Amino acid sequence: MQKEYLTIKDIYGPLVIVEGVEGVKYEELVAVELKNGDKRTGKVLEVDGDTAMIQLFEGTTGVDIYTSRVRFLGRGIQIALSEDILGRVFDGMANPIDDGPQIIAEKRIDINGDPINPYARDYPEEFIQTGISSIDGLNTLVRGQKLPIFSASGLPHNRLAAQIARQAKVRGSGEGFAVVFAAMGITFEEANYFISEFNKTGAIDRSVLFLNLANDPALERVATPRMALTAAEYLAFDKGMHVLVILTDMTNYCEALREISAARKEIPGRRGYPGYLYTDLSTIYERAGKIQGKTGSITQIPILTMPEDDKTHPIPDLTGYITEGQIILSRVLYRKNVLPPIDVLPSLSRLKDKGMGKDKTREDHADVNNQLFAAYARGKEAQELAVILGEAALSDIDKMFFDFANTFEMSYVSQGEYDDRSIEETLDLGWKLLSVFPTGELKRIRAEYLKKYLPKFKKEEAAAD
Amino acid sequence: MKQGVIIKVSGPLVVADNMSDSKMFDVVKVSDEGLIGEIIELHGDKAFIQVYEETGGIGPGDPVYPTSMPLSVELGPGLITSIYDGIQRPLSVIRDQVGDYITRGVVAEPLDRSKVWDFTATAKEGDEVETGDILGEIKETVAVVHRVIVPHHVKGKVKKLKSGQYKIDDTVCEIEAKDGIKKITMVQKWPVRVPRPYKRKLRPENLLITGQRVVDAFFPLAKGGTACVPGPFGSGKTVIQHQLAKWADAEIIVYIGCGERGNEMTDVLLEFPHLKDPKSGATLINRTVLIANTSNMPVAAREASVYTGITIAEYFRDMGYSVAVMADSTSRWAEAMREISGRLEEMPGEEGYPAYLGTRIAEFYERSGRVSVLCSGNREGTLSTIGAVSPPGGDLSDPVVQATLRVVKVFWSLEDKLAFQRHFPAISWLNSYSLYHENLEESLRNEVAPDIVETRQEAMKILQEEAELAEIVKLVGVDSLSPADRITLETARSLREDFLHQNAFHEVDSYCSSKKMNTMLKLILKLHHLSIDALNGGVPFEELAKIKVKEDIARSKYIPEDQSVQLEKIAKSAESEIEVLKRMYAQKDVVLGF
Repeated sequence: MQKEYLTIKDIYGPLVIVEGVEGVKYEELVAVELKNGDKRTGKVLEVDGDTAMIQLFEGTTGVDIYTSRVRFLGRGIQIALSEDILGRVFDGMANPIDDGPQIIAEKRIDINGDPINPYARDYPEEFIQTGISSIDGLNTLVRGQKLPIFSASGLPHNRLAAQIARQAKVRGSGEGFAVVFAAMGITFEEANYFISEFNKTGAIDRSVLFLNLANDPALERVATPRMALTAAEYLAFDKGMHVLVILTDMTNYCEALREISAARKEIPGRRGYPGYLYTDLSTIYERAGKIQGKTGSITQIPILTMPEDDKTHPIPDLTGYITEGQIILSRVLYRKNVLPPIDVLPSLSRLKDKGMGKDKTREDHADVNNQLFAAYARGKEAQELAVILGEAALSDIDKMFFDFANTFEMSYVSQGEYDDRSIEETLDLGWKLLSVFPTGELKRIRAEYLKKYLPKFKKEEAAAD
Repeated sequence: MKQGVIIKVSGPLVVADNMSDSKMFDVVKVSDEGLIGEIIELHGDKAFIQVYEETGGIGPGDPVYPTSMPLSVELGPGLITSIYDGIQRPLSVIRDQVGDYITRGVVAEPLDRSKVWDFTATAKEGDEVETGDILGEIKETVAVVHRVIVPHHVKGKVKKLKSGQYKIDDTVCEIEAKDGIKKITMVQKWPVRVPRPYKRKLRPENLLITGQRVVDAFFPLAKGGTACVPGPFGSGKTVIQHQLAKWADAEIIVYIGCGERGNEMTDVLLEFPHLKDPKSGATLINRTVLIANTSNMPVAAREASVYTGITIAEYFRDMGYSVAVMADSTSRWAEAMREISGRLEEMPGEEGYPAYLGTRIAEFYERSGRVSVLCSGNREGTLSTIGAVSPPGGDLSDPVVQATLRVVKVFWSLEDKLAFQRHFPAISWLNSYSLYHENLEESLRNEVAPDIVETRQEAMKILQEEAELAEIVKLVGVDSLSPADRITLETARSLREDFLHQNAFHEVDSYCSSKKMNTMLKLILKLHHLSIDALNGGVPFEELAKIKVKEDIARSKYIPEDQSVQLEKIAKSAESEIEVLKRMYAQKDVVLGF
């Protein structure tokens, strides 16, 4: 029989301090019962002698000092898992909210997880074709990668994430895949958009959804991504599935973390976020990956909205230091009606080099990719110059790059939500755009590939003349 | 030894009572799970302990067992090719024990105790030996000969020493010292926070060849020197660190992955067994020790990982090797310090970092250097340290960057602007510096080319001029520049795109020998001189801008090392092409003259 304590001493913010406790462990799960029978859950943040500090996930509204009862459950927060979770919708604490039955657990797993041994990891290198040129061609995504979308309010990050979820496939493999979707503090409408997108394509049967919406308790959000990732690990490494995890919106998660930190009166780091934000985020992001000898994989696409479009804000900044690249959306491109409005230059996939090349995509991929980047960067420079001096002042070659940057944005980056391009289409499009330049300008492409691929596109041009 | 009792748990910080027997920085085992921790503060009977593993499920009343030993590493054969966590537990053994995830309380021996090594005695019975003297050798890997040296505080006469097959704990040698017979095994223990002593420091004056053109030509590092690479995320810090770990001509590499990505360590692990060292021909893993404490592994062990790494490096330095340490990233180490400091409720300094941040960073970098190591004769070893720094938002005013810049001698500044243009390595040629130019002058002239210093200065001057001219171009357009200035711009572009830009993922371009580097640089400058000369001879800029040989120069970086003849050919065709132009316009002049 667990002891029940009636010895709450202080309540402030999301925190409850209980005195006179015995045998309490750090990070233990706590149940609090209010006078009216309401139940709250929380976890131990600190134990000092016989005093325990507890953080309540659902907030402290209605908790009082004299009649609320506290029980320590002797275990951490766990999630009940079985294959039946596929196709189900849960709240942020993994309780079903789709009128379906409770999950009969095949396994109960602590949501904090243990770090994957780097020695046991397998390097991600299987190319995932998303059908989006600016990702496949320039910022190639691979299985087991964590590639966040850096967005800002008002930009179509949800549509991009849904498009990736819809179109993503590894070519030549029919292996089982699943989508785990964790919503943290997004609106009902946004969550509904994903659900209806998944419904439309039938992906819902292969999906697990964890929804903590904007009107749900904010502090639950601290647990939600961990619930989702524990479920993903189970599907990937116990059941051998390839799991795509979408986490949205990480900014809300970080804010919940800040709230707890502030309530604990910790010394704040930058912008009031706790000093351990990096460590905390890494325990989420680093759960992506592949393990040697296991078929499954976890690919993560976290979405975050940059406050004031600022990339140096602590949330995108620390995320960028942990994840393997980032896809950045641009407001300027979105205004030009470029969809998806991916800002190619600052976007990056660190694992792209392993995912491209012969036998994976095509031998010329890396070179074409480098050349497109270099040409676009130079075109952008020319555009800046033209703003000051006028287009007429550009040298002939600069004018060429100037025009290239425009065409590149309008035909390569912009493709619309329902255009699913194969990697060959993407690469050929790249060659076609590059064919306007004299061969001498294509310094980043090996001569053998120039010889092999370029004539085809030069000829087409000549024929069109 | 009496056992302590936990009274408080707050994240990685645990407070225990009844610890009056303990000393500062002693290692303790926390709870019956045996989590490893280190004492970082003592108040009366209370000890503040930073725990190197997750503390969930630990609470007041749990026991603490002192070990009375500071945090130490084991040094001996078997280090090379190993991959350790921050407190020297081999990750391969952990995996065999507990599976794919690192669970708590795992005990794993750092060195394989059952492996039998072939020991060859090099000293003789009857020799007088002291600390650091070599007793014998073991072929540890194809590339590394492990020297068994006399441990510290041992001096005397070799009584027994025989070649043969030994395990690391077997006695290989007996030394008759003043205070009795000392039995020497192949393994030593050393506390990580104490630098291993040496006789004296020497001036670093040998070039550490890295195979990276921008580094070797413009901002060279000395063997025994220190460098830092700060830059925002995505600017290629890790790629540079990996490139240096791959190609630097040090004999031993210690790579510390401190709070970084798990997949990056996997990359090294999977790639190094296949890449060949250009010098020894053996695969790179045969000279590498890896320390991996990835970002999701416990934060306190991250703090320890850099010390673990540098202590192992010092051990190899003491054998007389040139060792290079890559620490990626020291910011994560500093953040770990900050997190622990915050939990100790210390008064914070800048940005919440502890006030002793600068001291700790300086102490760490000062453990590198070119030294005359302890031994009866004369032996030299070098330890070079290259630290990556990850300042928030790439802001160089970050306290970790500033504290680092105060101690290191080479600064490779990474710029995201260059990274966006996919100019890699994104080392800014205008902001970076190396303070070793003078120290290294002789070494450079001997090993690269007799006139490399002048060549470098000229190239650097062209790049400086480009930066100034770019300002003018922004205001008034490129047409307003004189033809000579436009040639300078063209040459600068060629220097940037054809020379400084280096493709780490290209099988040939990944490593560039200093000979090839010198030839390439000279080639670009030669074309510059020829062009200026032709310009004076009446050839218009437009003609010079579109000469064919430029394309060959652009591709010269992809010419394999063994086909250097092709580089000479390019130089020849540059001469002849310009000559043709000159003759053409000289004739025109003559015609017009009539």
